[in-house]
Amino acid sequence: MYRLSLHCVHRFGGGFAIDAALATTARVTALFGPSGSGKTSILYMIAGLFRPHSGSISLGDRIWLDTKRGIDLKPERRRVGFVFQDHLLFPHLSVERNLMYGRRRRPNHPQSIQPARVIEVLELGELLGRYPRNLSGGEKQRVALGRSLLSGPELLLLDEPLAALDEGLRDRVLTYLERVVAEWHVPTLYVSHNASEVRRMAEHVVVLEAGRVTRCGTPADVLPDNHSSPGGSPV
Amino acid sequence: MWWLTADEWLALQLSFKVGLCAVLASLPFATAVGYLLARWQSRGKWLVELAVNLPLVLPPVVTGYLLLVLFAPRGPVGGALENWFGVRIVFSWIGAAIAAAVVSFPLMVRAIRLAFQAVDPRLEMAARSLGAGRVGAFWSVTLPLAKSGVLAGCVLAFARSLGEFGATIMVAGNIVGETQTIPLAIFSYSNRPGTEADVWRLVGISIVLAAAALVASEWLERRHARRVST
Repeated sequence: MYRLSLHCVHRFGGGFAIDAALATTARVTALFGPSGSGKTSILYMIAGLFRPHSGSISLGDRIWLDTKRGIDLKPERRRVGFVFQDHLLFPHLSVERNLMYGRRRRPNHPQSIQPARVIEVLELGELLGRYPRNLSGGEKQRVALGRSLLSGPELLLLDEPLAALDEGLRDRVLTYLERVVAEWHVPTLYVSHNASEVRRMAEHVVVLEAGRVTRCGTPADVLPDNHSSPGGSPV
Repeated sequence: MWWLTADEWLALQLSFKVGLCAVLASLPFATAVGYLLARWQSRGKWLVELAVNLPLVLPPVVTGYLLLVLFAPRGPVGGALENWFGVRIVFSWIGAAIAAAVVSFPLMVRAIRLAFQAVDPRLEMAARSLGAGRVGAFWSVTLPLAKSGVLAGCVLAFARSLGEFGATIMVAGNIVGETQTIPLAIFSYSNRPGTEADVWRLVGISIVLAAAALVASEWLERRHARRVST
């Protein structure tokens, strides 16, 4: 059983501050809240791409960050798979080389995540020789998901992966996300401000408002029916 | 070549040798400084920018004089080079290459900096989240994406080196076959009676080379813009 726990404090210029603590063992945890509530910043902190002023982050018994003890693992040593909102595929590499980028750089891959199977599940076979500029938005996001998976992550961080897609495409990409979760069981942190997406994907929801965790629980507890703004019971 | 005299041919060859060596010697430094200026946010940045751009606005003769003081056989750097390695910089083609490198450095840094600025820094983040170290991300993502822009900077710097006059004549003099590059040859011929045709030939060559360099760097920069877009 994995357990992700974090407590991060960071004061930005202009008065906005993040002071958030959360702990989860759910397979898919959603970070839910309005734009500007600090969801993406927390993902960047977990990935080691942004260092908070103080705090601690651990996954299982491994400590990734502990500012009091001077521990701050570099991003490349944290074994996260980050899927960015706007995919961030490498434009000079083919789909195949994008997919294999992380796999070539990280030793000790879990045997369960094999390139052939990832390509099959995400239906990327036809795209391998193409370049990112020749892909549609949905295809780009599928490749980004495959690229992250193939780097052998212990934690998947999905930063609003559907936000840049049309309504029609969202449902299709969501189906692929569900397939990935069902097939490989990689613990996933899913950032979104869309309640129906969260209801469909997450087992556990953490609601973030103005940099603070205000509620957490199951989607049914935290998200009121047919209402996209956070509700539920206090932490 | 049949349409050039022996001295003109020597000047052309020497110009290419000096320009090429100047570009190759500057490239690692210009890449490092260009990357630093593109990514680094600090209060001290303006000081680095000032130092880098100074040769662009200083009279080349002033740059040449400073280099002469520095690299003279009894100068702080020239003395050491002569004592330890037996290398003399002033009045040699190496001196001409150093003068060309210093004068063209700001142009090269400018182009390289713009090339790096056009590469989304979050692509480096993506690379690092996939297991690449800082250096690995630079070599595998940032540099390949900036490659055309870096090459454009090299071409511009090469063209500037071919045209270098003021600093070169101070540091390297004007010795036929040793330090007389195309601009220095034009200068010498134009002071001699009856050499108008020679001067025009060299002027023509200079214009063709400069125009070709501009076209090449423009083409490379467009290629760069295409490369960084997804």
